Parts: sequence; structure tokens; C-alpha cells
Amino acid sequence: MRRSTPRLAGTALVLAVGLAVAGCSSKSTDSGSDSSASSTGGGSAELSIQPLVQVDQDGTEVKADSSGTPANPAGDGSATCAPVTIAMAGALTGPNAALGINILNGATLAIDAHNAASPDCQVSIKQFDTEGDPQKATQVAPTIVADTSIIGLLGPAFSGETKAVGPVFNQAGLLSLTASATNPDLTKNGWNNFFRGLANDAVQGPSVAAYLVNTLKFEKVCVVQDDSDYGVGLAEQITTGLGDAADSSCAAKVKTGDKDFSAAVQVIKGEEPDAVFYAGYYAEGAPFASQLKESGVTAAFVSADGSNDPQFVKQAGDAAKDAYLSCPCGPAPDQFATDYQAKFNAAPGVYSVEAYDLATIMLLGIDSGVTDRAGLVDFVKNYDGDGLARHYKWESTGELASALIWIYQVK
Amino acid sequence: MSSVLHAGAQVLADPMIGFDLGALARNFWALTIDGLTYGSIYALVAVGYTLVYGVLRLINFAHSEIFMLGMFGVYGTLLLLGFTPSGNAYNEGIPMTILYLGIALIGGMIVAGGSAVGLERVAYRPLRKRGAPSLVFLITAIGASFVIQEFVHFVLPKLTNGKLGGVNAQQPIRLVEPVDVFSIFGATVTNIEIAIIVSALVLAFITDRFINATKFGRGIRAVAQDPVTATLMGVSRERVIMLTFLIGGVLAGAAALFYTLRVPSGIIYSGGFILGIKAFSAAVLGGIGNLRGALLGGLLLGVMELYGQAVFGTEWRDVVAFVLLVLVLMFRPTGILGESLGRARA
Amino acid sequence: MSSDVSTSTTAADSLHLGLGDRLRMWWDALPRHTQWLVGSPIIIFIALLPVLRLPVITTVGTDFGSVLAQFGMYALLAIGLNVVVGQTGLLDLGYVGFYAIGAYTVGLLTSPDSPWNLTDDWLSTDWAWMAVVPIAIAVTALSGLLLGSPTLRLRGDYLAIVTLGFGEIVRLLADNLTELTGGGRGLSQIAYPVAGVSEERPNGVFSAGNTTPPLNSGAFWFWLSMVLIIIVLVIVGNLERSRVGRSWVAIREDEDAAEIMGVPTFKFKLWAFVIGASIGGLSGALYAGQVQFVVPSTFNVINSMLFLCAVVLGGQGNKLGVIAGAFIIVYLPNFFLGRTQLFGIPINGDEIASYKYLFFGIALMVLMIFRPQGLFPARQKLLTYGRQVYVASRRAYLAAAALAAKTPVPATATPSGDDTKGGTR
Repeated sequence: MRRSTPRLAGTALVLAVGLAVAGCSSKSTDSGSDSSASSTGGGSAELSIQPLVQVDQDGTEVKADSSGTPANPAGDGSATCAPVTIAMAGALTGPNAALGINILNGATLAIDAHNAASPDCQVSIKQFDTEGDPQKATQVAPTIVADTSIIGLLGPAFSGETKAVGPVFNQAGLLSLTASATNPDLTKNGWNNFFRGLANDAVQGPSVAAYLVNTLKFEKVCVVQDDSDYGVGLAEQITTGLGDAADSSCAAKVKTGDKDFSAAVQVIKGEEPDAVFYAGYYAEGAPFASQLKESGVTAAFVSADGSNDPQFVKQAGDAAKDAYLSCPCGPAPDQFATDYQAKFNAAPGVYSVEAYDLATIMLLGIDSGVTDRAGLVDFVKNYDGDGLARHYKWESTGELASALIWIYQVK
Repeated sequence: MSSVLHAGAQVLADPMIGFDLGALARNFWALTIDGLTYGSIYALVAVGYTLVYGVLRLINFAHSEIFMLGMFGVYGTLLLLGFTPSGNAYNEGIPMTILYLGIALIGGMIVAGGSAVGLERVAYRPLRKRGAPSLVFLITAIGASFVIQEFVHFVLPKLTNGKLGGVNAQQPIRLVEPVDVFSIFGATVTNIEIAIIVSALVLAFITDRFINATKFGRGIRAVAQDPVTATLMGVSRERVIMLTFLIGGVLAGAAALFYTLRVPSGIIYSGGFILGIKAFSAAVLGGIGNLRGALLGGLLLGVMELYGQAVFGTEWRDVVAFVLLVLVLMFRPTGILGESLGRARA
Repeated sequence: MSSDVSTSTTAADSLHLGLGDRLRMWWDALPRHTQWLVGSPIIIFIALLPVLRLPVITTVGTDFGSVLAQFGMYALLAIGLNVVVGQTGLLDLGYVGFYAIGAYTVGLLTSPDSPWNLTDDWLSTDWAWMAVVPIAIAVTALSGLLLGSPTLRLRGDYLAIVTLGFGEIVRLLADNLTELTGGGRGLSQIAYPVAGVSEERPNGVFSAGNTTPPLNSGAFWFWLSMVLIIIVLVIVGNLERSRVGRSWVAIREDEDAAEIMGVPTFKFKLWAFVIGASIGGLSGALYAGQVQFVVPSTFNVINSMLFLCAVVLGGQGNKLGVIAGAFIIVYLPNFFLGRTQLFGIPINGDEIASYKYLFFGIALMVLMIFRPQGLFPARQKLLTYGRQVYVASRRAYLAAAALAAKTPVPATATPSGDDTKGGTR
């Protein structure tokens, strides 16, 4: 040790020099936070995802129709019913749990409001964890079907597991009302119990693409996708929708779980696009956005509902500024956001509003005297009314009659 | 069956794997610099694998989790220093930034080094006492890997009131904002990249001198060469083993700081696994058990991985690394520089 | 299944002969046809589990039949991996790759999403699954051969890492070759065996749509996998007692010594790899048929580790033990899921279930320190007709030892006749 001590000291000095190079260039933040270590970095505290515009498939703005009154799960409080149960199936643990929890919380909020208002009609919610794993879903599905107290299902949450267990619910005639599975093929199976409470990827893709090309006038867009069911499908729709504007030479693919995107960033940097569209979830989207910005790419960052989560802004920080995030989901009304925050100590995330609306629709059905599965499917099939996010009315396939896409921007 | 053949021919005729040398040529220098940055992180982690293997003939599969704990150590230290996560980089001035980074470095090193020694005590020492075969060690390491990951995933958030660990990545704390410092051949080099590469090389140099030119290093080399004789000559094998784990852990802690500088939002319970496998590949590539091999292998792997992505497409990143690993093991299992800690000297 | 299911380690008598050991001795002493006679009711009882739906044992949050179906698949995987890890001593960390190849072969040949789909022109969907299962087994066996022939020169840890790389490469290929496999979108509507079509089960008993409890699709898949498990066990058991099995053990114990004694080690290692791989492929084919949907993320490295966990937990080399290991791996998390109370004690089952990897990790570490041979350790029976000899000698030894224990301290006074039979020395 005697011999190595001066060496260690010397090299520590060199290390310090190395770090000094890093320190040299650290810049002050835009918000000009003070320099004490206990200061908050600021900036991102003010950044949040703000609704910008609602668009149709041509990318043109459609004014949000605020004339109707959204359905209230509380009803008039006079409903009476036998105790029934609504099931919720989705990933509640595992890497994709965030979306499932958003949905569960949104639905719980609606049901609690209902139960508090209607002492003679107590509806309970049962949660079923699929971990987002198709095989787990096949184990969960028979349990849901076999539980005769369950008359409606909110879910499944992901497209993959819906593909695996859709036939189970169809055969059982159990209403399957999804707040998040957006794969377009799901409604092509002839399932008469399956309803989607939001626009599918085949609507979202072209709408966003049209908005980027027609309204924002982007001429060159790099489409980057992750390897999830959602990312692959959405990227395909976006690329088709963008047409010539999608540059295949800078299209890149990343993996779920990646945190470092050097190669994709370098390729994109070399191509100098107007915008980068990321088809995937926020866990990868956020570091990707910050690495793009760090390496000096000035293109607009565009992503969809998978990244449209408060976590995206938290993780990406300043790099999230001005990012466009589309979503088939409507903005959470203030009152909803406040209630949600109070109850779950978290801001409402993607699909929370949809889950609230869809649970409300089921509750309205129960209040109107529906007591069995077939009745609830019928009720939803003929439902026509406003929710917090949009107007709900379904076509015979199970798609919404008019589903519009919201464009949000981080400001 | 003919339809299958037809469809098969159609699919195969349609190139499923792109091949684009142009992309590599266009971004060659930028890719090289990025590759070297990641490569030096791989190299530092790889040293941990290689030293332990050299001394114990054991693949410390849980070393990736030591690295992950190091990231949480760095992050936790920054929290203790009073930083709160935010989107922007802090501006503390140059001297203070260096000081804070230095403290975070020490924090990461203490956590990672401590947990590496702890792992050795709890998991490996009892097995060594019983003279267990190497498969038993490897399975233990896999078990330890699970335990550490799940600890950070579920238990740590409960202990820290949700500040550390959990399902999501930590909200980043950025001390340094990347700024272009200079450019070579049209590729810009940022301050962070220089800092990482330079610091990693310095640490590698210290480690090399420590192993090759100090009394402790001589002990390590002696045990690696011939444990029995070394013990007879008065070298405490247990102490050498502990020291080996400590050095590996400390370097993993340093790598953790560099990684979080480069990828601030990469601090997550599952963040060590793939990087660990890459670092292990790097160690094998250079010749496992060989200190300088680990450094060379790390840099080489980092660069190759990025070249491979440019040529074949970004989704082939991990495949490039794994194929490289398999090829090296099949054709030159001793790696580029050959495997021997005992003989690696200046 | 019966003989080894005992965890009791309490010393039954002064000879520390555990309940497991005594059960095992009793079982080993039975003639083979009596073993079948005793075993059959037990097998039938296990088969009836999804129908009987016993309280406490039956899972709450998930369907018991489907959980058992997954157990069946994991049991097959454990048996296959046991051939490689337990019998031959080759650590394979990429076993999930074979599972994936099996599942994807069935998916590629029978899913309408795949360009190689056979069901649209000449293969009827009713028989498609049955027809492609042998193909799936053959393809996985081939992949085992392809992986094994270059890599089996490597030993120990190196082999473990190469196989780990192989497992990841298979998954990444499935993920990246999107035109073929659909990438992350997966392959859906995979064929399943259509059998037992009736009024209330229009798609047959194996269809996921068959949810009429208790005879739902899970139960039928469980029975199918039980039949396959028994067939595989008979094959593997016979191999084990043959020259092949003895070579495997020799390789596991000391590869160099085996080589010198004339065992063609490379050939037998390759055999082990190929047989292990094809069993994994069979299990994958079952998976594809039951879930009717394959996606790359199902086949990640964590699952490889779980399979290994089943083998190590159950007892490497003991093929009934590893089945018990597979049961623990699959059943334990499901046991807690959705449970709000256990024996009247309120618990949060969902939370306990989410800790499963933590528990498995701790179990692996503790087991490796205190019981590296697993919960139900293997006992080697190397002679082809050695069962009777083994039982006789062990009985004699125990008798001698018991006598010695009963005799007061001057043990030298023991009648000398026992020494000759006992072999205590």
C-alpha cells in the first residue's frame, strides 16, 4: 500500500481533471435556479402535457364538443339492484403494470362515486392480474367467466392478451369493454361482446400522420418503433399514413427495456429530419427523447398514447419540451384530475379517463335494471351518450362510431 | 407443401436483415466515439468479472446487479446531498460540480464495493467452505441476482418511502449537461464523453498498476496462479478473495456513475442485467481472467456493437453482441489476449 | 410421483433415516408391476385434481385447470432440462430457446398471420396441430444438434454462457424477423386439436373457448400433457437405465475419466442435448396450442432461469423430483394470487404472489448452501438390474447398523456375521 498511495493520489487528481471537463460545460438551467445544492432544478415542474387540438383522419381540427353533459356514475342515487360485480383484467404487476393500474384506478373512482350515491345498489370491482402475459391471461379468463357474479369486464388491457383470450369471453357472452387495446384486428374476429372505448391504431396512425404532414408541414419524419405489439402496429400505420414524408433510411427499431439509443440517434442526426415519431412506451421514449436532444437533434419529437404519461415528462425533463403526444384518449377534466389525485395520490395517467367512462357506462346499465351478461352487452351495444373524454356510441363491429384523436403538447 | 416452399422462398428472397455499409461509413466517427464511451463502461464492469474469474474460476453472474446497486448508490448519494430530481441540469459551477460528482462516485463505489464483498460473504464463502462444484456457484449467483433485483424492485421503495427503487426508472438528476467540446472528422465529442473515457482509462490504469505493482496485487496474482502454493507462502487466500470482490465492486460503482452521466434515466432495477452480459462478453472477448483483456474487450465490444447496429439495423444490437460472444467462445475460447491473471504483467 | 414427494427430514430413528428415504426404499423394493399398480391410483388422483377442486388447494385468482395445464408444460420442460443439467451435468441457461422454437414452429405452420401457414390450403385446421407437433419436435431436435455440435466442446461455465446467448438470439430473431414471425405482434389463431365437439363446446374440448367448469380447456390440456409426461418419463427412464444413461452419469461425474474409460463423451453429450431439446420443443408445441398465440417476450431469459430453478429445486437428476420442482414454480405464485385469507388469517395474496422471484432467488441461494442436491435428491442406480441388489444390500446395511446401535457401548462384542453382509466398512 505504501507504494501505491502517491499513485492513487496522483490518479485521483487526473480523475478530477476528467470530471472537470464535464463540469466545465455544465450550464445554467433556463429557469435560473439558485446554486445551492438543495435547490430544485426547476423547469420540469412547470412542464406538463397540455391538450392542443382534436383531429380527424385528415389531420384537420375538430372542435371538442362540450355541449353534452358527461354521464355521471353517481346517477340520481335512487337506483336499486342486486349486488353485482364488474371485473377488471390487465397487467397490475410486472413491467407494464402502470397502464393497468391507471385503468383500475379510473374504474374504481367511478364505482366508488356510484356506491356512495346509491346505497341500494352496491357494485363491486374485482381485479384480475394478467401481468400482460398471454398465458397468464388464459389462466385468468376462465376464472372470470366462471364467476357468475361478474356481469361485465373492463379489459383485457393489452392487444396481445386480448388476442389470446378474446374467444373465451366471446363464447361466454361476457361484455369485454377495453379501455386500452388498440390493435385494429381485434374487432375483425366477429366477437359480438367486444367493444373498444377508444380509437384504434388504424385511426390514430393516419390522423397523427395527416396532422404532421398537413398542419405542421413536416416533410421528413423518422419513424422509430419498439418491439411491442403496440409499437409495431402503430409504426406501420404511421409510416403508411405519412407516405413520402416517412424516410425509410432513418427508420429505426429499438427494444423494450433499452435505455441507450446511440446508434439510432446517430443515424437520425445524420438525416436531419423535421420530426421523429416514436411508436412505443414512455419507459424508452423518455430516454430516447433526451438522448436525441443531447446529441443536438432539433427535430420535433412526436409520440403517441404509449408515451402520453406524466412519467414521460418526469423522465425526459427539458427534452420533453414541445414534444407532440397524440392519444385516442381525451384530456382529463380538472375535477376528475383533482378527485383522482386525492384518492390515489398520483396524477391520472393514460386511459384513466376511458376506464372511468367505460365503468360509468356499465354502472348506468346496472342502474337501469340490467342484471345479466347478455343484458349488459345489449345495453352497451345501444348506448349513445357523452362521457368525460368523448361521445360514446358503437358500431356493430365494436369500434366507436366516431373516434377522434387528441394531439397534446408538452409545455 | 409446395406452397410452403414457395412462401418460404418469397420471404427469404425479400431481405429480412438489412445490410447498409453506407450508414456505417457516414457516421463512422460519431459511432466510434459513442462506442468508446459505452465500451469504457463495459470495460470497467468487465474487470469485476475477470478478476473474480482469475482468482476463483467463478463466473460471478450477480456482478451485473452489483453494477445496478452502484447506480442506486450514486443516485442515493445525490439525494442525500440535497439534489431533487428534475428535468434540467443543475448549474453548480465547475468546482462544486466536480466535488458533487466526486462524492457521488465515492457513494457509488461504497455501495457497489460493499455489496460485492457482502455477496461474497453471504453467498459464496459458505459454498467455498464446502468445496461445492462450480455449477453450484453459478446457480447461487443466479439466485443472488434475482434477490438483488427484486430487493430493489419491491423492498427498497418500502424502506426509502418510495424515493428509491420500484417499477419505474428513477426520475433523473442531471448534474452535467452535455456540451460539444470539439469535433474530429465531423463528429462532435461532448464533455460527458470525454469525462467518461478519460476517467475510465485512468481507473483502468490504476487497477492495472495496483494488480501488477503492489504487494496486494502480487497476492492476487499469486492466488490466481497457484492458490495452494500462495497459501503456503503466507498469502491469505480469504483476504485476497475479498479484495478481488472489492476491486470489482468499486470499479462497477465507478462505471455506474459514468453510465448515469450518459443515460440519466437508466437507473432501474432491471438495468444491470443486459449490461452485465455485455460486460461479461467483453471479458471473454479479451480473454477472461486477463485484466488488460477485459479493457480491450470492453472497448472493442462497445465499438463493434455500434458498427453492427449501423450496418444491420438498430434492432440487431444485442444479437451482434451475443453472436460475437458465441463466435469467440467457439473459435478462441481464451479470448484475444489469452486467459491468465497470473501471467498478465507489464 | 408418489415415492419422492416428501420433504420431511426429521430423523425417524437413530439411523437418521428420513420419511423420504423409507418411502423410497419401500417403493424401490416393489416389483415393477406392483409399482404401476400403486402408482396408477395416484396418477388418477392427480389427474382428477382439476375436477375435484379440493378446497384450499384450488387456486382462487386463476383457473385451477389452466394452472395445472401450465404445470404440465413446465413439468415437461423440467424433465427435458433435467436430462441436460441433472443427468449429464451440462448447464444450459438458454433452454427457453428450445421452448420458443417448438412454439414458433407450430405458430409459423398453423397461424394465419404467418407466410408459412399451411392451414389455408391443404391442412385442415382440425388436424393441423396434431400434424405439426412431430415437425416441431423434429425442428427443435435439429436445433439442439446445430447448437450442440459446435458448442459442446466447451465446458462448465463457458457452455452456460454460450447457451444463454443462444436463448437470447432465438428470442431476438423471433422479435426481429417481423415479416416471418410478426415480431412483437406475435402469431395469433394458432391451431389446436379439435376433439370432443358437442353442443355446448362447438370448438371442441381443447379450445380456449371451452370454459364450462370444471371440464374446461385447462383440464383437457393438463390431461394431454400428463399423458405426454408419462410417455416421456418412460422413454427417459429407459434411457437412464441403458448404456446412454450410464454414460451421462459418467460424463457428469468426471468427463475426462469417462473419456479415458472409453465413453464417447461428445456423442453422448450431443444425445443429451438433442433429447433435452426435443422435449422442450414438445412443451413449446403444447404452449402454442393452448394459448393459441405466441409472442417473443414470453421466451425471455428469466424463464430459462425459472426452468433451471425447477430442476435445481426438485433435485437435479431425479426426474420425479424435477416434476415436483416444476409444480412449486408454477403453483406457488398462483396459490397466493387473489387470496384474501388463508386458514382464516387475512393475507394480501396478490402482493405475496408478486414477490415470487424474490422467494425463488432466496430459495436457490439457501438450497445451494444447505441442500445443493435439491429437495428430492437423486439416488443413483447404475446397474441395469441393480434395483433388487441395491435394496437387499441397503436393507442388510440398515439391519446391521440398527443392531450395532442397540448393542451397548462395547460394540466389538457384536456378532461378526453382520459385517460380511453389511458392507459398513
